[in-house]
Amino acid sequence: MEGKILTDKSLKIAIASGKGGTGKTLISTSMFYAIQEKYENSVLLDCDAEEPNSLLFFDASLKESLKVVQKVPVIDTDKCVYCGKCHDYCEYNAIFIIPPSRIIKVIEELCHGCGACSVACEYDAIIEKDTEVGRVNLFVTDNGMNLVEARMKSGVMSPVPVIKAAHKSTSDKDIVIMDSPPGTSCPFIQTVVEADYVILVTEPTPFGLSDLKQSVNTLKTMHKQYGVVINRAGLGDTKVYDYLKSENIELLAEIPFDKEIAILYSTGKIVAAHDDNLKALFMKIFESIYNSYGNSGNQR
Amino acid sequence: MKIAITSTGKDLNSNVDPRFGRCSYFVIYETESKTYEFIENPNKNADNGAGPASVQVVADKGVSKIVSGEFGMKIKSLLESLKIQMIVIKEPTKTIQDIINMFNK
Repeated sequence: MEGKILTDKSLKIAIASGKGGTGKTLISTSMFYAIQEKYENSVLLDCDAEEPNSLLFFDASLKESLKVVQKVPVIDTDKCVYCGKCHDYCEYNAIFIIPPSRIIKVIEELCHGCGACSVACEYDAIIEKDTEVGRVNLFVTDNGMNLVEARMKSGVMSPVPVIKAAHKSTSDKDIVIMDSPPGTSCPFIQTVVEADYVILVTEPTPFGLSDLKQSVNTLKTMHKQYGVVINRAGLGDTKVYDYLKSENIELLAEIPFDKEIAILYSTGKIVAAHDDNLKALFMKIFESIYNSYGNSGNQR
Repeated sequence: MKIAITSTGKDLNSNVDPRFGRCSYFVIYETESKTYEFIENPNKNADNGAGPASVQVVADKGVSKIVSGEFGMKIKSLLESLKIQMIVIKEPTKTIQDIINMFNK
């Protein structure tokens, strides 16, 4: 093995897909495994805060657990005049008020922590308290691999603050491989907004195509650079290929629909650790992105 | 005593609406005077928090019982603290008139 190199460029890659179960975690764990031997100061960041699972593939110990908090309002009922202005300002129906009965309650699960109610209140009746919305957990393996997971607290409305905090916790790393949440809503946006390049994983089926189109359209509005990996190639039809051609989207690689890969993955093994061809393929994809989209000079 | 019943339409032959927070209408029925009014639910298509906002609508009317098909997690503790009783009707074919008749027995 060649020695580790200190990179002269930084790069953040998000592995994403509109459809769930296309292979985001397979690709992000394998790509990270393939590149971390060579690229020092790299990290695998699991941004799927609603159900992080990248850590299942590594034998790692918890190094640090950072609490992520959000402000929620607390009503001082001595000062409150039950005018209802805070309730009117709240976009999320998180303040419940019945003025004639002098009842006011904060539904914390609905609060997004935007602070509009504090701005609305003219009577100083709203103070804010910190409430835990999740954690950013930093792990390291015996051989020095860095892994970070964003993990939201169950019952919390949105994973976005935890994903944001997870990004911050990796700001000292040169190479960040992000396992994105599925879909194209806020958690996905909050993940890919930090990325220099997005790898969209899809499968050659009508479902895969439909969700790929949504992801592509979202990334276009964000002016992101992206390419596509087709997983389970050999399955389904050719419409995903036709779409990529007609939209002039780069097909980075195809991963075959293969029983051996499925067996490795389903028994919690990193596919690239057991399949040299795939390991080489992931290194090749990474390096071509690194050469084209890496930020030289390490501005961070 | 006032009760709220979730309704799919705005007359007494409408079926009970199985959803509470996002029901189409609320019927506010006064058991002593046997009078009723229909209120269109402004939270039917709310993005967030339809449940608590709908509790607010019916609690403003001073109801002590709510009849619906189901109640979400966020509002159960809220209704308990307001001492409003939840009555779950598992037969979606029941009409508003049927439910009013039950209270008049």
